[in-house]
Amino acid sequence: MRLPSWLSQHLAALRAVLVFTVLLGLLYPLALVAAGRLPGLDGRADGSLLTVDGRTVGSSLIGQSFTDADGNPVPRYFQSRPSAAGDGYDPTATAAGNLGPESVVDTLSADPADSTSSLLTQVCARSKAVGELDGVDGRRPYCTPDGVGAVLAVFRADGLTGRITRVVSVNQAAPATPFVTTWQGVPVEAARPGDDYVAEGGIVTPVRGDAPARPAVPADAVTASGSGLDPHISPAYARIQVARVARERGADPAAVRRLVAEHTTGRALGFMGEPGVNVLELNLALDEAFPAR
Amino acid sequence: MSMTTAGVLFVLSLVVALVAVHRPFGDHMYRVVAGTRSSRVERGIYRLVGVDPAAEQTWGVYARSVLAFSAVSLLFLYAFQRLQNHLWLSLGFDPVVPHGAWNTAVSFVTNTNWQWYSGESTMGHLVQMAGLAVQNFVSAAVGIAVAVALVRGFARSRTGELGNFWVDLTRVTLRILLPIAVLGALALMLGGVVQNLSGGTDVTTLTGGAQTITGGPVASQEVIKELGTNGGGFYNVNSAHPFENPTAWTNWLEIFLILVIPFSLPRVFGRMVGQKRQGYAIVAVMAILALASITLTNVFELTGDGTVPQAVGAALEGKEVRFDVSNSATFAAATTLTSTGAVNSFHDSYTALGGMMTLGNMMLGEVAPGGVGAGLYGLLILAVITVFVAGLMVGRTPEYVGKKIGSREIKFASMYFLITPALVLTGTAAAFATGNASTALNVGPHGLSEVLYAFTSASNNNGSAFAGITVNTPWWNTALGLCMLLGRFLPIIFVLALAGSLARQQPTPASEGTLPTHRPLFVGMVVGVTVVLVALTFLPALALGPLAEGL
Repeated sequence: MRLPSWLSQHLAALRAVLVFTVLLGLLYPLALVAAGRLPGLDGRADGSLLTVDGRTVGSSLIGQSFTDADGNPVPRYFQSRPSAAGDGYDPTATAAGNLGPESVVDTLSADPADSTSSLLTQVCARSKAVGELDGVDGRRPYCTPDGVGAVLAVFRADGLTGRITRVVSVNQAAPATPFVTTWQGVPVEAARPGDDYVAEGGIVTPVRGDAPARPAVPADAVTASGSGLDPHISPAYARIQVARVARERGADPAAVRRLVAEHTTGRALGFMGEPGVNVLELNLALDEAFPAR
Repeated sequence: MSMTTAGVLFVLSLVVALVAVHRPFGDHMYRVVAGTRSSRVERGIYRLVGVDPAAEQTWGVYARSVLAFSAVSLLFLYAFQRLQNHLWLSLGFDPVVPHGAWNTAVSFVTNTNWQWYSGESTMGHLVQMAGLAVQNFVSAAVGIAVAVALVRGFARSRTGELGNFWVDLTRVTLRILLPIAVLGALALMLGGVVQNLSGGTDVTTLTGGAQTITGGPVASQEVIKELGTNGGGFYNVNSAHPFENPTAWTNWLEIFLILVIPFSLPRVFGRMVGQKRQGYAIVAVMAILALASITLTNVFELTGDGTVPQAVGAALEGKEVRFDVSNSATFAAATTLTSTGAVNSFHDSYTALGGMMTLGNMMLGEVAPGGVGAGLYGLLILAVITVFVAGLMVGRTPEYVGKKIGSREIKFASMYFLITPALVLTGTAAAFATGNASTALNVGPHGLSEVLYAFTSASNNNGSAFAGITVNTPWWNTALGLCMLLGRFLPIIFVLALAGSLARQQPTPASEGTLPTHRPLFVGMVVGVTVVLVALTFLPALALGPLAEGL
């Protein structure tokens, strides 16, 4: 019996899908799993796990949070970058922050649980916190001294033009003191939670302020990575943490600095990527060289 | 060395590598698709599938074979996901919800690899390696097969025959994709990409926290994800994940894998039509557009305009320290210039203009160099449109590599070009009209960019995302699934119809009135036509999104 051609086409297609599933979906990956058992590849194929005293403490490729149960930084450890993966560095919930470059207005609500921070405020808050932890200047452009985005909603008489009628510092909820008292002669109010000043017609105006263009807290310390698992920090971020870690461990800062240098990877072949410090490996080396008192 | 200098060297080293391999690798691909001898394994496959490798197909039969294979693949993948809880290595995950399974099945069969889900918490290892990764291979092979069929249309004359889809599919998979995948996967494993069947290792961190180090057959999927310009990550964060892309050099290798087949296919075109210089002209168009885009993306990202990048001091949000800004921007450009859609950094947090470049790259129709196969046939369509426009200007019958571009041919080419903008703009409008656009994380112009990006990515079969948008709803999964399906197969039907029409023609000998299509003048014209067509189509939408945000 001869099948109609449309049917035989689909039967051929079905057989092709099955053949390729066996070949490319089973034989090919399983052969590579087997290859991953070869000496030299096995550690890497299994996730570059790090073991201390027979206990697996993580992977050299996956970052960790060095915080206590309440989420506060443990000061004797070098700190990783901010992370948007789950509650931080959760490999089962990898994620980036995904807020855009003009995410500058927070949603303030009477209930803090309903409030959401703009990316700008997140950056400002992280910068302030790192500055305080490591004793450096935490100021940044477009940030208020209390660590939120320095953003005004400017209301004008005729919408986009006309004289200024009202100015609100949108990310600072009363009773906070606005970061500037007046804006072009008009007194600046603090925001009232629940009000949407953008919808009311206020022109969003970020204010640069007089913070240095190159802040003391490096860029990677105030931004979340793409993966949420970034195992590295920049050498600059490691540098500002040295004094604190050395103090906490009663170690010589120069010795800590040497350990940082040992765990810094340069660019591959001299031009690929950027130098980074592997935080977990560095902290493990610290625990070994200067056990906590 | 400054980051800018290092970034320039990074791009230059990629250019050098691609220039070096494009000829020998293109020649290899030419021998694969033009050869007639079958290996034992291939003969075995033809017997199992039940096809006669010597039988030639008309464009209609070829198209029906493509559609039949893709339809069965789609149903198979859908069933696989719906039944995953009954299969091995499911890691205890539930069956994928129906609208999600539909979206993902379409997504991988169309070489798009748009992902509404988070790999590490949705898909078991078996679905990933025996379902999704298989489509990474064969959907790429389908793209190359269709491109080759179109080139046969130019190369052959007075025939209805365009080759045999099953033979093209098998040979491309076994002789081009699989060998490179094996070598590439081993290289990635050396760099630290995992390849195991582990369900995860629970560890206690230094400060006493709990962490699960995930496992999986990642390397085998990662390599074909790049090589086949698919882009579907094993994990949610794709090539930003240290287990998918652990080092700066694996990052280089992944970009190289993304670009190598699309940039080498014009060589196949040149060899098949018997005029290598025609291939050089096509690759020149691709290279000009690609270099311009990579340069601009780098400039915008390294300049770091915008309030948040200025506050931070660099456009580093959503980027990894080991890649930093420049190598991330280069990856972003490569992944959107092709139909890959893998990401090593998150485009949503790019500067407004840097993000616009990734959107614009896709709107170019992904022809510089484009997806595997899809890039070549897309650019050949643009070349056809260019000779037509040029012919109108000087009043001559347009010809391209010896074939007349008559009304039938130009209709197919125009239909091909119009499908994607129609899907993108209708879809975006529908999302706003129905209120479904409100799932975007950002508000204002950036929110529009997120919606526009989603439909551009789906309709062009790219698969990358301005990831802030929540698309795991029945409406989004259905709408984007339709865009992916129509955006893949309607163009393929028109390409094959055009191929059939060209193959029937008698070649026209070049005369004094023939516009030479291998000279810099023609290369410049194709670049111009491409940019103008895209600008005319999408400028209003871009003006409301990234341009409003960035200027």
